[in-house]
Amino acid sequence: MSMLWVAVIAASVLSFGQKWLGYQAPPDVLDRPRIARITTLLPIALLGALVATQTAASGAEIVLDARLAAISVAAVLLLARAPFLMVVIAAAVAAAGLRALGWA
Amino acid sequence: MTTASPGTPQEAPGTVDPVRRIRRTGFSIGLATGLYGISFGALATSSGLDVWQAMVLSAVMFTGGSQFAFIGVIGGGGSALGAALASVLLGVRNTLYGLILARSLPRHGVKGLARVQLTIDESAALAASGSDERERQAGFWAAGVWVYVFWNLFSLVGAVAGQFVADPRAWGLDAAAAAAFLALLWPRLRSADAVAIAVAAAFIALVTTPSLPPGLPVLAAALVAVLAGLLPARRSAEPPRRETPPDPRPRTEDRR
Repeated sequence: MSMLWVAVIAASVLSFGQKWLGYQAPPDVLDRPRIARITTLLPIALLGALVATQTAASGAEIVLDARLAAISVAAVLLLARAPFLMVVIAAAVAAAGLRALGWA
Repeated sequence: MTTASPGTPQEAPGTVDPVRRIRRTGFSIGLATGLYGISFGALATSSGLDVWQAMVLSAVMFTGGSQFAFIGVIGGGGSALGAALASVLLGVRNTLYGLILARSLPRHGVKGLARVQLTIDESAALAASGSDERERQAGFWAAGVWVYVFWNLFSLVGAVAGQFVADPRAWGLDAAAAAAFLALLWPRLRSADAVAIAVAAAFIALVTTPSLPPGLPVLAAALVAVLAGLLPARRSAEPPRRETPPDPRPRTEDRR
């Protein structure tokens, strides 16, 4: 078996192990007020970071392109209480349109 | 399992059952994310993996960031060990997701294993958007299962026919992913604290982007939540929402 295969399988199994590990925290630990507060706040921080990197990161670079216009469209639609699917499709259309026109 | 007898009497006319709405959202997330599998499959084979290796990564590793990191290292001429290390480093955030989700999902049996395998950005995010256990579970399974199905399907398409398929960026799918994350974040921005945490996390993620390998800025940003949670309790950013019926209007009072 090649080194590449070994790495593919080992990294895949480790990935499963990492996912598994998170579920092993005993419930009484999760009930402690500080831990409970952190697990409530974590999704907010993770989502905030994912929005930022998905909008402006390209590898290790910050790139401002059609995605920035698209996320603004999404934010306006969210303010107007548009449904999820409309928000996502409008963002895709905005980015695809700007790129097709060669503007971003 | 909790609450919610079918056809809750207070339901306003014209509203859709939240669980059905969440399932539909999960399907659209699955489709949009899955289409990205095309670029993974195409990049994987062009960086030197064979179709089977690409598919083992999609089916077993199953976490986009780590998979792209793995093939990125290989494609850049790095070692197999380096590729494995990069992917493990990026997978750390899935451990955090398990910590958040542990309470809402079944522990044992086939479902217990499935929940482990389906723990990724999208399933954790949609679960987090639910306002009770039932919605959280529906969100996790819908996003997790659909992403798994489409991600593997399109990875195969990309690996086999990558050079003939258009770039998903041309379809704006990268922007769609950003918008999806924003839409999932939106309902949680009810308090000034929550907004502050989201903005701080976004800021840290961007500031660290040039100096950290892709994916790690998100982890660095997670420290914001840890620090905020460790601060002496004044009030939590979000009142506990367990077992409360979803209220149709956003909370207006800001308890200061």
